[in-house]
Amino acid sequence: MAYSEKVIDHAENPRNVGTLDKSDPNVGTGLVGAPACGDVMRLQIKVSDGGVIEDAKFKTFGCGSAIASSSLATEWLKGKTLEEAEKIKNVDIVNELNLPPVKIHCSVLAQDAIKSAIDDFRAKQAARRSEKPEAQTK
Amino acid sequence: MTTPKLPIFMDYHSTTPVDPRVLEAMLPYFTEKFGNAASRSHSFGWTAEEAVDVARENIAKLIGASSEKEIVFTSGASESDNLAIKGVAEFYKDKGNHIITSVIEHKAVLDSCKRLEKEGCEVTYLPVAKDGRVDPQAVQNAMTEKTILVSIMLANNEIGTVQPLEEIGKITRARGVLFHTDAVQGVGKIDFDVQKMNVDLASITAHKMYGPKGVGALYVRRSKPRVRLVAQMDGGGHERGNRSGTLNVPAIVGFGKAAEIAMKERPEEAARLLKLRERLRNKIQSSMDEVYLNGSLEHRLPGNLNLSFAFVEGEAMMMAIKDVAVSSGSACTSASLEPSYVLRALGVGDDLAHSSIRFGLGRFTTEEEVDYVAKLVVEKATHLRNMSPLYEMHKEGIDLKSVQWTAH
Repeated sequence: MAYSEKVIDHAENPRNVGTLDKSDPNVGTGLVGAPACGDVMRLQIKVSDGGVIEDAKFKTFGCGSAIASSSLATEWLKGKTLEEAEKIKNVDIVNELNLPPVKIHCSVLAQDAIKSAIDDFRAKQAARRSEKPEAQTK
Repeated sequence: MTTPKLPIFMDYHSTTPVDPRVLEAMLPYFTEKFGNAASRSHSFGWTAEEAVDVARENIAKLIGASSEKEIVFTSGASESDNLAIKGVAEFYKDKGNHIITSVIEHKAVLDSCKRLEKEGCEVTYLPVAKDGRVDPQAVQNAMTEKTILVSIMLANNEIGTVQPLEEIGKITRARGVLFHTDAVQGVGKIDFDVQKMNVDLASITAHKMYGPKGVGALYVRRSKPRVRLVAQMDGGGHERGNRSGTLNVPAIVGFGKAAEIAMKERPEEAARLLKLRERLRNKIQSSMDEVYLNGSLEHRLPGNLNLSFAFVEGEAMMMAIKDVAVSSGSACTSASLEPSYVLRALGVGDDLAHSSIRFGLGRFTTEEEVDYVAKLVVEKATHLRNMSPLYEMHKEGIDLKSVQWTAH
């Protein structure tokens, strides 16, 4: 199968490969997919106190299209608010990378990874808020 | 190290280039010697028929057939497999309806068997051991009064595993059951002798042995026992009624020449390829951990290397080494999105099946190419591991099997 130029570019020069400290309360981590299915994406976001994504990193086990989808997602996430980030849909990734039908699941996985990272961040924040009042009452 | 000419072809199980000597032999049969081998009444036809007979003899010799009359030309091994299995099942249907084969056969064998199942045949699909081999005892145990045919390949196209045909042939012969083998990957590369192995039908093809695409043959034993088939194509009754259709004379001439060369050069070529294959394997495995060989090392085609690079997905790997043509058992390389059924049959986990790369070395592979590929593969696999969350988790000591993954 021939790859689009954008897929090749992202696969050969992936943006934002790396790891953020997952114990940092401002970091949300999404780990989606399964090794048996041939795709695992880990996408991490670091969110400022103002609710803006300051940094995004990924690591992906998967084909070139999976790598490109997650690489593109990290590029798009930076500078967005969580609400804006949630609006990134898999079809946007499909269109940007010209993914063929057989690779659409890669973009779905990237969308899942974004959602999962945001959910993780929000869960952490909620846990923190519920801890704080307790600390004050004592 | 100098860079060899790119791209490098290391996918000799998929096909092979036509040997220049083969092409040279073929060329006159496209132009001045263009006759139809079935034309009995003029010299154009006789010239073509003579050339076909020479090819038949060379192919018969290569596989140890006792007569060139046992070679039936087809369009390729898929047709040969179909003709052998369906042709036998149809002819011997009054004798029985049971076929024994293995789960790692080529699709031409498996799908022929599946079609016969729909038509009332019973098929036993034997499993293979972790080393990719069929246990001859399992063939024995699977036999029933109704068994008419056993079909086990000579060597597997993905993992290069060589099957114990000699042992299986003893069993089928003792039981009076016909024995077919898809010998495509092994002929001209390893020992193959239809007499020694008691093979009754064998599928072969030219393009895996430096001949042209579009021509193959089915060996059909003519004595002890005489094998009968029902032809699967109706027409002029060519090939002793076994396969109608005008013979592809230039391709058959090339096939014959390829057989002649293989006969002469095989021992030397096999030794050279084994050395190169081991050089490639050692260079890769000594430079990286968690690289697994799929299939038996001992019973293996000399030019085959099938490795799983744990934590690296196969298609990404192929993309990263794009100047080297290899193949992968990864689902992403198939339309079905299912990983290789052959690797699954060995008990290789789906994760490692997705990480497999098949290197196929052949006649024109050089040491320089092997060294270049080894270095490139190690470099790119390391790079991909550095961006693999699985490798990071593995390094942190997390057991990946204990993680609750979200299958999709």
